[in-house]
Amino acid sequence: MDFLNQTFLLLRKDLLLEMRRRESLLTMFFFGTLLLFVFHFSFDLAPERMAEMAPALLWLAFLFTGTLGLAQLFEAERGNHCLEALLLSPMDRGALFLAKTAFNFILMVLVEIVVIPLFWILFNLRSWDVIPNLFLVTLLGTVGFCVLGTLLSAVTLKSRARELLLPLVLFPLMIPVILGTIRCMESILRAGALGDALPWLRLLVGFDVIFLTVGVLIFDWVIEV
Amino acid sequence: MAEISNASAKSKGYLGGLALISVLLGLYWGLFRAPPDAYQGEVQRIMYLHIPSILTAYLSFFLVFVGSCLYLWKREKRDDILAYSAAEIGVLFTALTIVEGSVWGKPTWGVWWTWDARLTLTAILLLIFAGYLMLRSLTEDENRAASAAAVLGIIGFLDIPLIHMSVYWWRTLHQPPSILRPDKAPWDNVHPALLTALVINFVAFVLLYFYLLSQRFRLGEIKEEIKARLLNRDN
Repeated sequence: MDFLNQTFLLLRKDLLLEMRRRESLLTMFFFGTLLLFVFHFSFDLAPERMAEMAPALLWLAFLFTGTLGLAQLFEAERGNHCLEALLLSPMDRGALFLAKTAFNFILMVLVEIVVIPLFWILFNLRSWDVIPNLFLVTLLGTVGFCVLGTLLSAVTLKSRARELLLPLVLFPLMIPVILGTIRCMESILRAGALGDALPWLRLLVGFDVIFLTVGVLIFDWVIEV
Repeated sequence: MAEISNASAKSKGYLGGLALISVLLGLYWGLFRAPPDAYQGEVQRIMYLHIPSILTAYLSFFLVFVGSCLYLWKREKRDDILAYSAAEIGVLFTALTIVEGSVWGKPTWGVWWTWDARLTLTAILLLIFAGYLMLRSLTEDENRAASAAAVLGIIGFLDIPLIHMSVYWWRTLHQPPSILRPDKAPWDNVHPALLTALVINFVAFVLLYFYLLSQRFRLGEIKEEIKARLLNRDN
């Protein structure tokens, strides 16, 4: 119970900071919207063709906006020795990992809630009824992204050019999540249901569970000063 | 101390000589003794290099994982040097594999590159461990770089089965493996003359690999020694 309490407190701290400053959320949101415009200029396609491209384009947008959020994830702790102070406090470092993951997850989900319907509006798509299912798959993928992203964001914390380094090490490791979510979303868009994409969904869940566990266990070594 | 390093230098010299001889023998066997493949003809001879290089690359990434785990557990510098050395040589052998595969693929499949599962997996491996090397070179604090890289080495290794599964579901075009097949023993499937050439080359690559690894490892040790001496002089 103590562990969850600590996680909750740390998460509350980050959310409070974000509500006061509104840095990450606003930049991520506008960047995501901007990407939709860029996609529209790049692919001038009929709405039917656009539906085929939707999963890949949406995920590109989420990957880029997510990376933007990850780069800011430990910014608050970097100045004024806040990280050292946090690590001195008698908390479980796994809780810090969970809290940071949850924080980044919340940010990304807030962006996705806006960007997915916006995509449908901007590209004149009609299949509104599949959006809830798409969103569920997106949630699973986002968990995977946030788990591994938070872990690697902490790994690259003390490196030079860390904003450039992070996607470099993160994206190759994200391939199962990228492939999994895009295949699931394609199948939902095509058939209206998961159907034969079920193994992909299992892979996604497996990825989330494995790296969430690894993250909590290994974070002790990741964040040491 | 001087004697020990002398002895190890000597055994390393033997290892290097052995590696050189076996590589030459492997080349001779692969190029002249083994008959051309019944279907693919002469171009199949690249396999004598292609398969040993990818197998040694896998071995290398496994050593990165082992070194990383040991380093996080025991905090001994030599485990970190092992992981770093293995990662560097692993990236080298993976890149070699891709180049050899490309040269083979052009006459056989008609393309330099195709998005087949195994090709993609190899390329992703290269990217992951290139990222590992970047992380090391971009982190100034040595201890920090070592533990960060160790974490990445472990995550990378754990991710490989998942990436493997996903790209396999995604697509497969590569020849099914002829050597490590579940249903047939290698000698039933591949002609003994070809298999001999392959085995010789594999041994040669493993010897060469451990020679390179020991040299690279020694380099890391020397760097550490120099740093320690500089520190002593300054104090």
